[in-house]
Amino acid sequence: MHRYVLRRVVMMIPVLLGVSLVIFTMMYFTPGDPARLILGDTASEAEVEALREEMGLNDTFIVQYSRYLKKAIAHGDLGTSYVTGRPVITEIVARFPTTMLLAMLSVIVSVLIGIPTGIISATKQYSIFDNMAMIFALLGVSMPNFWQGLILIIVFSLHLGWLPASGFYGPSYWILPALTIGTGTAATITRMTRSSMLEVIRQDYIRTARAKGQSEIVVILKHALKNALIPIITVIGLQFGRGLGGAILTESIFSIPGLGKLMVDSIKARNYPVVQGGVLFIAVMFSFINLLVDILYAYADPRIKSQYRRRS
Amino acid sequence: MNELRAHEALPESDRMVRRKKSQLRETWRRMLKNKASLVGLTIIVLFAFMAIFADHIAPYHYDEQKLEDAFLKPSRDHWLGTDNFGRDILSRIIYGARISLQIGLISVGIGVAVGGSLGAFAAYYGGYTDNAIMRFIDVLLAIPNIVLAISISAALGPGLVNAMIAVGIGTVPIYARVVRASVMTVKEQEFVEAARCIGAKTPRILLRHILPNAMAPIIVQATLGVATAILAAAGLSFIGLGIQPPTPEWGAMLSAGRQYIRDHWHIVTFPGLAIMLTIFALNLLGDGLRDALDPRLKR
Repeated sequence: MHRYVLRRVVMMIPVLLGVSLVIFTMMYFTPGDPARLILGDTASEAEVEALREEMGLNDTFIVQYSRYLKKAIAHGDLGTSYVTGRPVITEIVARFPTTMLLAMLSVIVSVLIGIPTGIISATKQYSIFDNMAMIFALLGVSMPNFWQGLILIIVFSLHLGWLPASGFYGPSYWILPALTIGTGTAATITRMTRSSMLEVIRQDYIRTARAKGQSEIVVILKHALKNALIPIITVIGLQFGRGLGGAILTESIFSIPGLGKLMVDSIKARNYPVVQGGVLFIAVMFSFINLLVDILYAYADPRIKSQYRRRS
Repeated sequence: MNELRAHEALPESDRMVRRKKSQLRETWRRMLKNKASLVGLTIIVLFAFMAIFADHIAPYHYDEQKLEDAFLKPSRDHWLGTDNFGRDILSRIIYGARISLQIGLISVGIGVAVGGSLGAFAAYYGGYTDNAIMRFIDVLLAIPNIVLAISISAALGPGLVNAMIAVGIGTVPIYARVVRASVMTVKEQEFVEAARCIGAKTPRILLRHILPNAMAPIIVQATLGVATAILAAAGLSFIGLGIQPPTPEWGAMLSAGRQYIRDHWHIVTFPGLAIMLTIFALNLLGDGLRDALDPRLKR
């Protein structure tokens, strides 16, 4: 198992190098001169040229990329923000815990809503509850979360005055953003739980468990849910990663000082080192989450654990 | 029996056409039996109708400003109210259908063309080609697709065409994987081997024999993909990276209206509902298509 994890971590290295190359290439070919951007329109051509030379912008693409990569790997240096002059990694690390907390809260919301609803829908297939749950799930999947965020603000902040509309200072501030990302994700988890449970509850071993006289709750939670968990874990993992992406829009709506808002502000200010570093950071996190999901499979299903052992 | 003989008496090409037609008819029949997908199809047809005939249906032009009519609540003159420039929100939503459907279809077209070609080549050639292409796809998959679309959009700059490219490229990994999986299943079948034996060239084998038989999952993914593309483009516009004012794209309308939500709820409510209804309909249609094309998947 440990060797499998190590192998997966090693396999992540070329992927992340590829991500860094893709992102660097995109930003390299972005129109606009970073030196002009930093110095402003009033600077003379000579001053801009001097800064270009100092920043190494006159070097070839390969030289610039190698330098970027070397600094990133050796010192964790992802460049300097054009706006604040601070190291990009410092800015990202300062903002990331907020985004991570938001993503985790939204996953909690989605699991708390999605799994029970999916289980009840599957056990009461084609009932009114099932039909209603499926309609709501489909609506949830179809709802743009930035719009949902605005509607939640209109209802719960502006009209009812129950919850704050912006900021991220404590539990009362967390509820609306977590609901914004979490309910959409809950819809996906509901659909996946239902579908996965339907597959499992028709199996012979479930009939056997019932025939042995076990209570329905034990049959559903112990025998069925545990065997239906793999696709559900996959979806939760994917949604967690999407939550990191979704945070970009949600943080903008609720003025949450996280990584997403930092990236949107940086894109608007054409602060490309921060955008580049932010995307790379999100890709690293996303890859680690996918790895974590694969490891969780082994705990949910011992058969997979033995496969891991064989493969490593 | 006679029918069977008559069918056998037909030339090979006619038999293939007839079989394809009957497959299509069967899929269509299954689709019509599914009420949910019919609802989806009806809503999509309505939106498409709105998009095509926007000039004739919309009560006002999308950019017709009357500052004295700004922020009007829904009324008989303005069914969905007016925005901060006094523009009729219903008219802008009707014209917006044109933009959003266009973005959805063209982005998916880009994703299917680029991703599909990569996936098909990877599956057909296998070996190093497959490995090289799929490792590149792994790189793209390591970036959540909205983040990828945002990065591409940031690099290309705002605008309708750039938004379509950004969203389209963002979906390339999905189509590459779907097409690869689908082609891999089909390429081992006997009719492909037969085509190769009679000397058919690779492009012909791929385009005439493999892809038509691997289309079912691609069609389903593309239908659902239009929904995702519309959502992603609206998201880009919402943060100011996609379509720019005064073009009435639904996401851009939400973005422009969000600063007035304190007193004028209707400015953001209706464009959002339009997005939701379209995505809802496309999801219903996509689910219905999936069930019709592969009834084994039906739950």
